[in-house]
Amino acid sequence: MKKETSTTTDAELLPSAVPFWRDPEKRAIIFQIVALLLVACVSYYLFTNTQANLDRQSIATGFGFLDKEAGFEIGESVIDYSAADTYAKALLVGALNTVKVSFIGIVLTIILGTFIGISRLSTNWLVAKLAGGYIELMQNIPVLLQLFFWYAIFYESFPSPRQALNPFTGVFLCNRGLIFAVPAANPAYAGMGWAFLAALAIGWGLNRWGRQRQARTGQIFPAVRVTIALVIVLPLLVWLGYGAPTAMNMPELQGFNFKGGLTVTPEFSALLLGLVFYTAAFVAEIVRAGIQSVGRGQVEAAMSIGLYPGQVLHLVILPQALRVIIPPMTSQMLNLTKNSSLAIAIGFADFVAVTNTTINQTGQAIEGVALIMLIYLFFSLSTSLFMNWYNKKMALVER
Amino acid sequence: MNETEIQTAVTPAEGPIIEVNSMHKWYGDFHVLSDINLKVKLKERIVICGPSGSGKSTLIRCINRLEEHQRGQIIVNGTELTNDIKNIEKVRTEVGMVFQHFNLFPHLTILDNLTLGPIWVRKTPKKEAEETAMMYLEKVHIAEQAQKFPGQLSGGQQQRVAIARSLCMKPKVMLFDEPTSALDPEMIKEVLDVMIDLAEEGMTMLVVTHEMGFAKSVADRVMFMDAGQIVEQNSPHDFFDNPQNERTKLFLSQIL
Amino acid sequence: MSAPATTPTREYLKPPVTEVGVIGWLHANLFNSWFNSILTIVMLLVLWQLVPPFFSWAFIDSVWNSPAEACRDIDGACWSVIPQNISFIVFGFFPDGQQWRPGIAMLLLIALVIYSKDRKHWKKSLGVYWLVGLIVMGTLMYGGVFGMPVVETDQWSGLPLTFMLALFGMVAAYPLGVMLALGRRSKMPAIKTLCVIYIEMIRGVPLISLLFMSSVMFPLFLPEGVTIDKVLRAQVAIIMFTAAYIAEVVRGGLQAMPRGQFEAADSLGLNYNQTMRLIILPQALKIVIPPSLGILLSAFKDTSLVVIIALYDVLKTTKVTLSNPKWTGYSTEAYIALAIFYFICCYAMSSYSRKLEKALHTGR
Repeated sequence: MKKETSTTTDAELLPSAVPFWRDPEKRAIIFQIVALLLVACVSYYLFTNTQANLDRQSIATGFGFLDKEAGFEIGESVIDYSAADTYAKALLVGALNTVKVSFIGIVLTIILGTFIGISRLSTNWLVAKLAGGYIELMQNIPVLLQLFFWYAIFYESFPSPRQALNPFTGVFLCNRGLIFAVPAANPAYAGMGWAFLAALAIGWGLNRWGRQRQARTGQIFPAVRVTIALVIVLPLLVWLGYGAPTAMNMPELQGFNFKGGLTVTPEFSALLLGLVFYTAAFVAEIVRAGIQSVGRGQVEAAMSIGLYPGQVLHLVILPQALRVIIPPMTSQMLNLTKNSSLAIAIGFADFVAVTNTTINQTGQAIEGVALIMLIYLFFSLSTSLFMNWYNKKMALVER
Repeated sequence: MNETEIQTAVTPAEGPIIEVNSMHKWYGDFHVLSDINLKVKLKERIVICGPSGSGKSTLIRCINRLEEHQRGQIIVNGTELTNDIKNIEKVRTEVGMVFQHFNLFPHLTILDNLTLGPIWVRKTPKKEAEETAMMYLEKVHIAEQAQKFPGQLSGGQQQRVAIARSLCMKPKVMLFDEPTSALDPEMIKEVLDVMIDLAEEGMTMLVVTHEMGFAKSVADRVMFMDAGQIVEQNSPHDFFDNPQNERTKLFLSQIL
Repeated sequence: MSAPATTPTREYLKPPVTEVGVIGWLHANLFNSWFNSILTIVMLLVLWQLVPPFFSWAFIDSVWNSPAEACRDIDGACWSVIPQNISFIVFGFFPDGQQWRPGIAMLLLIALVIYSKDRKHWKKSLGVYWLVGLIVMGTLMYGGVFGMPVVETDQWSGLPLTFMLALFGMVAAYPLGVMLALGRRSKMPAIKTLCVIYIEMIRGVPLISLLFMSSVMFPLFLPEGVTIDKVLRAQVAIIMFTAAYIAEVVRGGLQAMPRGQFEAADSLGLNYNQTMRLIILPQALKIVIPPSLGILLSAFKDTSLVVIIALYDVLKTTKVTLSNPKWTGYSTEAYIALAIFYFICCYAMSSYSRKLEKALHTGR
């Protein structure tokens, strides 16, 4: 290696020239180029094979099939659908079903999981042990097996519609599902819905006003209790205002099945129950870990100041516990959404099931699988974004 | 003055601020505190020392009901400590506690740490609470950190904040549970200085500590506990120079 | 009272009755407050309603190993569905006379697992034992030597398939996962991007979509005439899936490595490969053993998903048994039995993982 020395007066020693095969920066670039070339070659190879195979089997490519008539029925749907509708609509029905079961599942899981997590920490030995047993049991049995189990219970243990179980008036359990009476359509219910929202809005406003008053005068306003009261009373007043309608849409046995009322199919019930019971066990552990992460010293310090237990929970424990709970909880909610894809195994028409039927009929496997992966990627990435934002916002400030 | 004759020195109008009568405590089968009798009068400064496991921390934690006693009486400022929640809360507003590991609330600013108690327990308006808080922060020489978070402060700074936090509730008695044991040596002095200031202003204090210099300069009474009993208590002068009990002598020889 | 106290005689007092013994325990744990007392009574009532009927269904009125007809006459559980069909449930389509082969293979696997549990055995020789063991198991299953007839992979089913999918899935996914983790931490943007895309994509989709992808799309990727069998397709999907999760876990371990370790290796003159192989990975991988066991546990549970692409793991063989008209209607019993099997395996794995975590943590 030649050393270049400058002959000018401001001695500017240039770094010695390094042959590029020993220069780490150049080596990195070459390495990456090679890696990308490799990926490109493999992709090209797979691509050409796929083209050839698709041509040979006369399978179309592209998403043109979305406009074609679907030609198959779907077991249950949130919107109107018939076999004459397009594939695009069928896929939409599947997606909506996925969203429906995921959303209800998430709400129920959070409630059940939090309840069991707190029970696990109870000072009552019996309750704590039962909660612990539930957690261990549900976590260690595969979710698919749990789904099959619930589905089998519905189909084998429940009788046919003609001999349906009737635990309460208007509620029937049979192997066609859970059928129950719902209030008959009436403008009162829309009114009650608005009243509910109005109560929440008023409650939120009262909370703000109450906190400002507390800052000024020190008096504490029981915002939570008042909001709960409003949420119950306002819709009740609306209901009375409409003449207290009590007409119910009762299910009635006609022939071999029930008509009227609302039916919750065994497929949906089995999927919902299986997912909720399984995921709740994981959520319970997360809640438990979160509450335990708040050291005893924090509780003792709060109690020493004179805060009573409700205040200790609300001002000291929950803010710290929620920071620890929410990130893994969000992962579990995402897992529940992904696990809802198992619906195909028990015949519930979620997005994967509908897409599978589409693939079977059109032969366009690549587009179908790509669609499935895209939709779940969408869920996952939005959840990741939310979590990153949440973590940044809530991070405890340290040195 | 003879400390054991507190009763005669006290006029009927001002009884002892803390009175412990024949108190026993067990953890399961283990008899952790045995026949404790103690009377603390207003403005008195008591240092409690002893080997680990002697029950000294347990004793002061019983006084603000962080621990429960099974037999005997504890009366704080006229209120007897029982399972009655109202009594417990009353006592806790009059008794402040400083912990070995500070226990500041990491998700709140320093200022919010201090105003939490006054706002939610004494129902003080926010502005007034903040003014009081800033005053106490000035007192412990840490006012400039008011908007920072506990995670940004050193151990000594956090402990001073913890002292200010207890003071904001304007307690009649302050309990200190080994306040400097978790601190690096160079930070111990700053915390002890604050405690000395407090003592000189007349705060009633019960301090569990190994800092014998503090005991000598500030305490009215030094108590030695061992195996759950109060073995000896005396004025600092008599305690250090003329210990009566063999166990006290042994302990002192090990730490001094 | 004016003299300082002499050593008081220590009278040993017994604690109040409500504090110790059975009554003390009951008082402290079940009846320690009004709320808890009521709760205990309510729970005991609920248990009283549920447990005895279940007990009589499961144990008293039940039959344990009888032909199908006997089951119809009883009120209780028909546990016979398992023993009567055991060879199909456990071994699937493996030819009848040859079932001793997967049987021995599984016993060998269990023996290796038990041997590996003890940390004293964690030496290079363990790797060798496993390698030899896997070869022996593969030979036993496939046959073709020592006079054992060949059994193609599409007949490998039941329990051996479950174990194999999980085990090979984990073993093959681990090196891939480590490479992905290293790639993700690389400073070379192209490598890092490729790894991030792979990891986030795979973690974002359900396993079932990967199984679909493998079973319908892989045949399209291959040139005409080349096929790969169904088991292999599913195995590849499981490997790809598990690798992404392992990558994240290993990345966590790498992040936990103090900078000082890298600096010390650099100052000794070690290059990248040597640093990773000799210094960083041995430490990082040790840290991530507990979460890796968690991934193995998930992989084991997830093998049940191959039901959906019509591979005959132990869940599918059970389902098929139940579709036989003789045994239809006894799903509850069969699924409970299967659940107990999974539970025992998974619970053993997770408690081992917890114990290991404690032991590794305190040993540092």
